[in-house]
Amino acid sequence: MEIKEINKESLFLKSIPYFEKYGILIVLIIMIVGLHFLQPEVFLSWRNITNIFKQVSWQSMLALGVFIVIVTAGIDLSVGSIMMLSLMVLAITAKSGAEWYIVVLIPLILGMLCGMFNGLGIVFLRMPHPFIMTLGTLYIFRGAGNLISGGSPISGFTDEVRFIGNGRIDLTWLGLDETQYLPVSVILIASVFFSMWLFLNHSRTGKWIYAIGGNPNAARAAGINVDKILVIVYSLCGLLSGFGALILAGRADSGYPNAGLNAELDAIAACIIGGASFFGGRGTVLGVFAGVMIMGILRNGLNLMDVSAFWQQVFIGAIIVIAVYIDVLRKDLGTRK
Amino acid sequence: MTISNKIILEAKNISKYFGTITALENVNLTVREGECLGVVGDNGAGKSTLMKILSGLYKPSKGEMYFYGKKEVLESPRDSQNLGLEMVYQDLALAGNLPIGENIFLGREPIKSFSFLKLLDYKKIKELSEAHLDKLKIHVKSSDQKVEELSGGQRQAIAIARATAFNSKVVIMDEPTAALAIKEVSKVLDLINGLKKIGVSVIIISHRMDDIFAVCDRITALFQGTNFAEAELSKTSKDEVIGWIMGKK
Repeated sequence: MEIKEINKESLFLKSIPYFEKYGILIVLIIMIVGLHFLQPEVFLSWRNITNIFKQVSWQSMLALGVFIVIVTAGIDLSVGSIMMLSLMVLAITAKSGAEWYIVVLIPLILGMLCGMFNGLGIVFLRMPHPFIMTLGTLYIFRGAGNLISGGSPISGFTDEVRFIGNGRIDLTWLGLDETQYLPVSVILIASVFFSMWLFLNHSRTGKWIYAIGGNPNAARAAGINVDKILVIVYSLCGLLSGFGALILAGRADSGYPNAGLNAELDAIAACIIGGASFFGGRGTVLGVFAGVMIMGILRNGLNLMDVSAFWQQVFIGAIIVIAVYIDVLRKDLGTRK
Repeated sequence: MTISNKIILEAKNISKYFGTITALENVNLTVREGECLGVVGDNGAGKSTLMKILSGLYKPSKGEMYFYGKKEVLESPRDSQNLGLEMVYQDLALAGNLPIGENIFLGREPIKSFSFLKLLDYKKIKELSEAHLDKLKIHVKSSDQKVEELSGGQRQAIAIARATAFNSKVVIMDEPTAALAIKEVSKVLDLINGLKKIGVSVIIISHRMDDIFAVCDRITALFQGTNFAEAELSKTSKDEVIGWIMGKK
């Protein structure tokens, strides 16, 4: 009898690291199964699933950008504004009749430069916390976007730009229906997330980003140029925000001044739900993906069930608190001796 | 390994000024192969400044350093690491969120190349770090264990393992037992004795006479930034060394 008890306990303890790694995916799967039972006709339909991916496409880029910053124990509040500024510049460039590849490259380069500005500011102005620098640029970048566009929307892009956010890859050759296409944004999300996973987990720089989040003094003592890595991290975050602008441009076929308003909060929420820690050094790319999908699926499911947008806000807020509380409980279990 | 008379590290007439403050004045220090040198002194005697100069963190205002008889100018901690001189910091420079193996190799990770892609060689990190821990007789469950799950003494052991992983000749330790529980102190002291056996020299700064007398072969005392006294361990006593710290001979 007693032996059985011990085995049970050790199995439970052994499962903790797996729960730590994949727990959030279990939550995601439970949500999917639950919504499937609540909306059996619609929820798991091809059309609805592709819709969810299209809806989260640009948000997932911002979340991933904020995530690598959070890993260094930093924060970037300006991602929504970087995206809006990149989007407005993209729109103006497109309207001026520039070649499509210039229109596609502009938001990426501009986003990266905005991020680099954040990083250099944090490092060289010796800001007490990245919160302050990026709070400042949250206003600066959005103001700049409004200044150059006069605060009004700019619409109508070329097919190449629209393809990135709204393109469809035909799957009829697989014997599928014409409505069962693969959105280009799904491929983009998948390849960006995969590249970021490879970078963070299998490159030296990625390892150093985690080390800086764990203990910046240890990183310095190990000969790592912490300031340089931080500038790289904020630049990457800006680049991903610019990529978000590109996807949104294709999806909305318009540059509009309210783009990305409050999007930084959604991005932070997705990271937190996905298990990233504000204290740095913790969290996975897979977790961020799950966090983004949980928020996307929740919104989608509540829409399908005709729940008002106000309730959606309440639910998302509750999920953030619950997700972090589960994390706190897990840590209690993990540290009990 | 018995201590040879081969001098590995020699600092000659080191002076360090911070503005008008004299932290060190004409300080000399020698370390022989496989020897443990204890550096004692009151707060502000200049111990830490001297160690930071030896590890390349500070540049001396005056004086020279010789490594295996060759004059060396250290511009950064990297330079001293390349010579085989490592520092174990008082605040344990480890990243708690990373596993043991990755901490040991932090900043110097082995990589494998796939054309333009340079990826971390996790297999090599595991193999090399476990072999190194075995060599130092440091027992951990697995090199994949995160450092934050370890006790203070185990962390100190990992910090020492990290400092000796790259063929280092001299390891400088700043108060290696200060933050430890009593039962863990002896393990760290055993580890220091183990380092001496494999020919690594150790410079240890400590306030704890018991530790100094347990591992050191020679003791040197600094007082107000100058060499005050020095003796082989066998030719002095705890009381005498405590007197040196207070400036009494």
